[in-house]
Amino acid sequence: MRGGPFILVLIAVAAVIFALARWLDNSYAFFVGYVVVQYIVLGTAWNILGGYTGYVNFGITAFFAIGAYSSVVLHKLVPAMPLPAMIVVGGVMAGIVGIGTGYLTLRLRGVYFSIATLALAVVVQTLITNWDFVGGARGAYVLRPRTAPLIGGGYIDYLFLIMLGLCVIALATARAIERSSLGYGFAAIRDDEAAAEASGVPTLKLKLIATGLSGGFMGMAGAPLPFYVTYLDPSSGFSLNYAVNAIAMPLIGGTSTWLGPVVGAVLVGGLQEYLRVTISSAVNVLVAGVLMVVFVIIAPQGIVGLFKRKRR
Amino acid sequence: MTALLHVEGLGKRFGGFVALDGIELEVQDGERLGLIGPNGSGKSTLVNCICGTLRNETGSVSFAGEKLDGLLANQRTHRGLARSFQLPRPFASLSLAENLRIPILYAVNARSTGRLAGAAIDARCRDLLGEVGLAGKADRLPRDLTQIEMRKLELARAMAAQPKLLIADEAMAGLSHAEVDEIIALLIRLNGQGVTVIMIEHIMRAVMEFSQRLAVLVAGKKIADGAPKEVVRNDEVVRAYLGE
Repeated sequence: MRGGPFILVLIAVAAVIFALARWLDNSYAFFVGYVVVQYIVLGTAWNILGGYTGYVNFGITAFFAIGAYSSVVLHKLVPAMPLPAMIVVGGVMAGIVGIGTGYLTLRLRGVYFSIATLALAVVVQTLITNWDFVGGARGAYVLRPRTAPLIGGGYIDYLFLIMLGLCVIALATARAIERSSLGYGFAAIRDDEAAAEASGVPTLKLKLIATGLSGGFMGMAGAPLPFYVTYLDPSSGFSLNYAVNAIAMPLIGGTSTWLGPVVGAVLVGGLQEYLRVTISSAVNVLVAGVLMVVFVIIAPQGIVGLFKRKRR
Repeated sequence: MTALLHVEGLGKRFGGFVALDGIELEVQDGERLGLIGPNGSGKSTLVNCICGTLRNETGSVSFAGEKLDGLLANQRTHRGLARSFQLPRPFASLSLAENLRIPILYAVNARSTGRLAGAAIDARCRDLLGEVGLAGKADRLPRDLTQIEMRKLELARAMAAQPKLLIADEAMAGLSHAEVDEIIALLIRLNGQGVTVIMIEHIMRAVMEFSQRLAVLVAGKKIADGAPKEVVRNDEVVRAYLGE
């Protein structure tokens, strides 16, 4: 399928999902849907750097929280600013940090890069915790409007719709990368960086594109968060859950295609939510961990990889 | 004839170890040069310095009249330098055809002339695989290949960048008699198409058959350079290989 029709299909699917949620008319459905779709965006963002280019980023919460806290700042400075504009700002901020981190750390390879990104998460969390303007360690309250702009209904409907839109953009971008020369360049870097350079691939430039895009989408996924939780403090914004899930979901679904993070997020996110409601709210962290271990052993290429291998 | 590659006073050290010391080397356009030397004499280091994988501390490398110093490996590939690796380094998750697609997208298409698109890239990948006898395996992964096929893929990927100069770093190590002949024939055919070739090799039969000129490295120094038959009779070369 070419790029144009693919985007139309994505939009149609998103529209059907949104219509379905509206028809159910249950705010819990919106809350769950928001979380799952947010993880699709987060997983896709991680996959652009981790899956396509082979650089494993553990600092997901840094980028995610930069997006979230840029919304907190904007909400305090310009309360009337529409959410989509905040998402763009959050994405740009996180993207810039992504490029900066990339420039400073991409001479590091393999596990050393991963450790550096972990350090970044700690640094950003420390900065936010000590920044009084955004609430510091106390956290910040963000009062959201009671009703949704444009579409009516609860504000959560609007948040869900925004996140669906973001998801469409992220997936269309990921798939476009896969089929372009950029995707081939990323794959070459992942497989063998020295051979990639010898084949003419400008590795530093491509890695900066990957860190910028990946960080940017993580920031965008985080930007609506303050409105979703209405109270944001560092320990929830930088929660390990986001990092674990954003890595586990693409790994479980499959890192080689755009579909992997979708499958992983729907499966793991859905299961976590089901267990949270039926058993306990603490068990959901266990799910990602256990599933990740199981999949690394029985299906290192993820669920999508499992089906591809059967077809070959 | 003009010199295509000109290496001047090139030096490289790793800590206290001098790997290359004042190497002077000229390669003429269209030439077939053999480069030999005992293990650890600096052959691969020289290739890495010429191709930009390693940075030389002293001296300079010029290619087609342009100084390459300070350019990254990929920028040197754009200018028409290509190399194969001593140990094959295929892109493991990509099919054979896709392996060749990388240099076409990033080296050939980065030049202002001869850009390829869509179906033309596919056709070119298959032609190249056909040239090295791998046409039937275009959609397979590198892990399905035998040792000689892996070396052929390595050469095909270097050729896909459409280089003016190809450096084959021990493309034949560990291959059988007949397989060595195949690779020599391939390299000579390539040279016939106008590509200058530097062959680094331990197998003397291959070197003598292939080279128009022979250079010898010993302990980071070039000790001989000239017609192959004369070089192998050179006292210093004999001493380096066989001892006193």
